[in-house]
Amino acid sequence: MTLSFMLLAAIAILGAAAAMNLKTAVHCVLALTLGMVGLAALYLQLGAQFVGLTQVLVYVGAVAILAVFAIMLTRSRTGETLAPGSVSSRLSGALTALLVFAVLAWAILTGVSPQPLSGAQPEASVREVGVALMQRFVLPLEIIGVLLTAALIGAGVLAIEEKGGDR
Amino acid sequence: MLGDGIIKGLAETARNFFGSYVDKERLTTVQYPEERLPQIEGTRDFPFLVYDGDDWEKGLRCVSCHICEKECPPKCIFIEKSKDKKPDAVGKLQFYPVRFDIDVSVCMSCQICVEVCPFDAIKMDVEFELSSDDRFGGLLHHKDKLAKSNEYYHKIHPTEAAAVDAALAEEREKEKEKQKQAALAAAAAAAAKAAAAPASAPAAHVPVPAPGTNTDTSAKEETK
Amino acid sequence: MPEMIDQIFVLLKQWIMGYVPSGLQPLCSAILSVLPILVVFPLLFAITTVLERKGLGRMQNRYGPNRAGPWGILQPAADGIKSLTKEDIVPRSADHLVHLLAPILIVIASFLVYSVVPVGRNMVVVDLNAGVLFFFAIGSMVELAVFMAGWSSRSKYSLLGAMRAIAQMISYEMPMVLSGVVAIMAAGSLSTVTIVNMQAGYTGIWPHWYLFTPWGITGYILFMIAATAESNRCPFDMPEGESEIIAGYFIEYSGFKFALFFVAEYLGMMASSAMAITLFLGGWAAPFSFLTWIPSWFWFFAKLILMLMVFIWIRGTLPRLRMDQLMNFGWKFMLPLSLINIVSAGLWHYLPSGFTRWSVISLLLLLSCFLLSRNLRRNKWFQERTYRFAS
Repeated sequence: MTLSFMLLAAIAILGAAAAMNLKTAVHCVLALTLGMVGLAALYLQLGAQFVGLTQVLVYVGAVAILAVFAIMLTRSRTGETLAPGSVSSRLSGALTALLVFAVLAWAILTGVSPQPLSGAQPEASVREVGVALMQRFVLPLEIIGVLLTAALIGAGVLAIEEKGGDR
Repeated sequence: MLGDGIIKGLAETARNFFGSYVDKERLTTVQYPEERLPQIEGTRDFPFLVYDGDDWEKGLRCVSCHICEKECPPKCIFIEKSKDKKPDAVGKLQFYPVRFDIDVSVCMSCQICVEVCPFDAIKMDVEFELSSDDRFGGLLHHKDKLAKSNEYYHKIHPTEAAAVDAALAEEREKEKEKQKQAALAAAAAAAAKAAAAPASAPAAHVPVPAPGTNTDTSAKEETK
Repeated sequence: MPEMIDQIFVLLKQWIMGYVPSGLQPLCSAILSVLPILVVFPLLFAITTVLERKGLGRMQNRYGPNRAGPWGILQPAADGIKSLTKEDIVPRSADHLVHLLAPILIVIASFLVYSVVPVGRNMVVVDLNAGVLFFFAIGSMVELAVFMAGWSSRSKYSLLGAMRAIAQMISYEMPMVLSGVVAIMAAGSLSTVTIVNMQAGYTGIWPHWYLFTPWGITGYILFMIAATAESNRCPFDMPEGESEIIAGYFIEYSGFKFALFFVAEYLGMMASSAMAITLFLGGWAAPFSFLTWIPSWFWFFAKLILMLMVFIWIRGTLPRLRMDQLMNFGWKFMLPLSLINIVSAGLWHYLPSGFTRWSVISLLLLLSCFLLSRNLRRNKWFQERTYRFAS
């Protein structure tokens, strides 16, 4: 529990909290991005450079931009404030959060040995990540690749059909 | 091949780049404050007032007839007519402008004032560096700044000035002739009068208007 | 002696560190590493602006700026004073916080990138294990700053400019990363220092730069095209196309905030050039083995200035692309070619070295380039454009 960890954790949590509570949709996205950056910084602090930088590349560079584009393309006025959600949506949101928390807590509690790791820290260099992805986890990687390709083609097909119908 | 146009374009710009260091002909820029293009004779921008002789206050050709002020489309001329008269170049008594202002921030350089002036008193200048740090006073030119000599006019527009001078000389010749005739006629009339009725003397004592004698007194009388 | 001059800055830092109490050592070391970056690259930016304006002027047969100081070399100082003393205008309906944060974020992101660039032998701020990834990750933060600037200004021009900029940056980020991958593959590392060290050897007098391989030169050209688009330079400067959307995403900025965007654009351009040098042009390595006595940092900055001149040259030559041309080129030419380039770099590794390897890979790349460009040229769909609402 060093000072830097506390600071970064505070940034991540504040960003997430702000993303829930801010009134303007774009502000929410920006706050969420701040939370993601905090998370990436936490990864970096743990020595996981590849994961941390990929977090920045994917979440700040791609997901935040995607969210921003989605907001701007779907809402007629980007500046308009969000209406507060109904009771049922709030309840379902809280339930989802609770479930995710439970799963994560279970994973952490069962996955980590109670004794602190002794000796050398595990190396998580880019090379090892790459080797693990290409050898041990090559099948999941390929399956995810196929899934994403299918999604990409599907999106393309949808877009083309819409254009054809328009003409 | 993809990109051959890009290579051609790059070659062209490279040729320009190096050429501008080798060949001074390529750099057509005239570096203004140090270098200037020669002005063509027809150059004109803002009006000025012409005066004859050495003293601009005496020699102004303007008789403050207000024609230019009325004709000026953007109304940038302001004239205040004098109450008294001064003799002009040929000695005829004329009104003169007490005030003659041109607002060069309003002037549109149309030359209409020059064309309507019956006395060739206002002409177009070539001076264009009139910038000032005072945007009201600095751009409102009074007659001391506007008055420029006939020699200056000859310098900037020689052909036009020569033509104007010739016309003016002719006119003045005519005027002098007329004055002479008038003087002679007046003298004759006076003589005739004197001969006809010597008793009624005061009329004969009124002198023929002589240049520069009467103005001061009349001005005083009028101001009183 | 050459080694001494080569390492003079490293030695200087060690000498200063000798006088620092041990408690302050980490902080002082960081400052001493970062400070030169914060001084040298803005200075280089100032030189670049005046070089650019003079160079563009000469390409158009003009003089360029020549009033401030001898030959106009004090022009950047004059520009700086002007932008510092100008009024800072924020639109009334703008989102003030985001409007303020955008230029700060973009400059921070532009500076952060330099922390992984090796400017000389042993001269790098941090030798990250994933240095190249860091470069691309931080580069993607620029997009967010651009969006923040465009959105918070509450102007349709700035919003359009931001949309264009983000669309363009996303489209060209992919070819940029993928064309950089070949160098990573060849070096077997994501660390910039390792990549440069791998290129530092010589065969005879010729260096082992990745530029001198078929996949290397393809990757380099693709990287530079994508870098031009990433830094919003001509001919990819639609996000700030003056004739269309006035100034793009920073239209509502004035005074020093505008200057910050300007700085960030040039810093981005220099960062991309620096990364291209690191990945393909051997970083600080001398171009010939008999020139190694010249210090390494000199070679890095010489290459950097050469690259900046190429940028200026291109800007003086090419007109602005249209949005559909840009997208077609990015997705239909750059992306497939960079993917083929990765495959050919892999093949290069497994083929026996010699003439066969060269010819096979060159043929593969040339053929694919030819086919893709023919495809690009055949797709003249823009001629069929109809204006539905015009009649």
